[in-house]
Amino acid sequence: MAIPTVRDDNWIEVDVRTDEMLVNMGPQHPSTHGVLRLVLRTDGEVVREVTPHIGYLHRCAEKIGENLHPYQFIPYTDRMDYLAAMNMNLGFSLAVEKLCGMEVPERAQVIRVIIAELGRIASHLVGMGAYGLDLGTFSPFLYAFRERERILDLFEEACGARLTCSYITIGGVTHDLPFGWIDRCKHFLDYFEPKIQEYHTLLTKNAIFIRRTAGLGILPPDMAIAYGCTGPVLRGSGVRHDLRVAEPYCGYETYDFEIACPPFDSAPDEAVIGDAWHRFYVRMVEIEQSVRIIRQALERYPDSKGPHRSPQWKPTMRLPEGEAYRETECPRGQMGFMVVGVGDAIPLRVRARSSSFCNLSVCSEICKGCLIADVPAIVGSLDIVMGEIDR
Amino acid sequence: MTPSEILSLLEQQFPGKVVSHKLDAIDPWIAVQPEAWHDIALFLRDDERLKFDFLHCITAVDYFEPDPKKAKRVKFEPHMEVVYHLSSFTHRHKIVIKLILPRWKDDVPGQLPEVPSVADVWPTANWHEREVYDLSGIKFLGHPNLRRILCPEDWVGHPLRKDYEFPDEYHGIRAR
Repeated sequence: MAIPTVRDDNWIEVDVRTDEMLVNMGPQHPSTHGVLRLVLRTDGEVVREVTPHIGYLHRCAEKIGENLHPYQFIPYTDRMDYLAAMNMNLGFSLAVEKLCGMEVPERAQVIRVIIAELGRIASHLVGMGAYGLDLGTFSPFLYAFRERERILDLFEEACGARLTCSYITIGGVTHDLPFGWIDRCKHFLDYFEPKIQEYHTLLTKNAIFIRRTAGLGILPPDMAIAYGCTGPVLRGSGVRHDLRVAEPYCGYETYDFEIACPPFDSAPDEAVIGDAWHRFYVRMVEIEQSVRIIRQALERYPDSKGPHRSPQWKPTMRLPEGEAYRETECPRGQMGFMVVGVGDAIPLRVRARSSSFCNLSVCSEICKGCLIADVPAIVGSLDIVMGEIDR
Repeated sequence: MTPSEILSLLEQQFPGKVVSHKLDAIDPWIAVQPEAWHDIALFLRDDERLKFDFLHCITAVDYFEPDPKKAKRVKFEPHMEVVYHLSSFTHRHKIVIKLILPRWKDDVPGQLPEVPSVADVWPTANWHEREVYDLSGIKFLGHPNLRRILCPEDWVGHPLRKDYEFPDEYHGIRAR
């Protein structure tokens, strides 16, 4: 009888056990972006199945919305996607305005565009920095927060708050922009624009980063649509769809910008459309496009007419009977709000359609067959915020 | 297609299954019979003229006023609505489909109303139906994994129902 050697395949098969094992990741795992729990069914290093468990941050904001006036509910929308609070405010305000048939003055529209795009940059900066953190590099996070800090300073100057702003409200915005704000915003953009190239040098073109993300977690476009994915996740799969273009609001149709959508000329050879690298890069391109939009809006601001808030808005306002659903392009995807009015001041029902909720639901599909170490890289590329998923 | 064309197509394809409609609403909606919903959903998704490939959102609205004094003034009858917001990437049109249900199945309090699941038609519906079941208490027949998603597994009641009673405590944690 021949003595088995290590090189003999049969011998290894007999000796190595390949039992499936359940690995629990989270809810307090630093790479799960908040309180997300993933249960992985693993075969050695290979992930066979991923089951997300959510709800650790559930506050039932929808129930709160049924007991408050819509303008009182605005601060609760801040706490949904706390990294893009301004964009959440805007989505809910637009839904209520749609229900009430309220016209928003031109000046308020311009301010909303400036603020919402600044919010998008701030959110994508965190997305970029935290994604680097997921993959084990710390420095992009510090640089991203350095720039984000200046955006938060601008927010603070405009409305007094840095994170949970409640600045955009029903009928317009709470205050007009303070004196000199426009110049400071321009100054920030001049400072910020060259920095984008630095991020590309630091992260996007980094060989390790490309090896960790390219060709990983490929999401085909038809699957993205079937699972209701939106925002950078959908565009990263090559679907050219942006609500700012498809169903413009706040006058986005009058601004000149491009939808960030692959194929990109700067994509490395290993990258495939729909992979984690493309989802990441779409966000980076969106930052550049947002800067473009803000510059145009800042030009328009001095000549914009009207007050900063619609005169139709009154605190005693009653919601008409009917229901209105409005989606907006938030940094993480299409955030939808539905408001049902019954002729009372308080809505019968407030519904928030979360973009991250749908984006996360696809992770059990795209994580199949990857390595355990790649799970944070895939989940991180979806750029989720648990406050928005659990609401 | 305009909402009225979608309506006439549905009425022609499924005679008697369209219960009511309101095309002059802010978001035009068509209410269909809950029993026929799965077939209609497949038709909406696969028909070449419609191609509703994107399900935005599933919402359940509880039309009910728990306060007896206010209940006399409200203009609606107590019922539940399940609202589906659909759109098409191919044709760039959209529609809202509603299922109108009693608040309780056979009007027996505690018996959750039932509708067919469309999780096999649009995978988005999988998590959304779990959420609607969890928070609004509507049973989706044929759902692959209908369990609570946001609330804990042992939570009692469905918080977004208007007659929901807030618990006094949960596992020794004071809730009020």
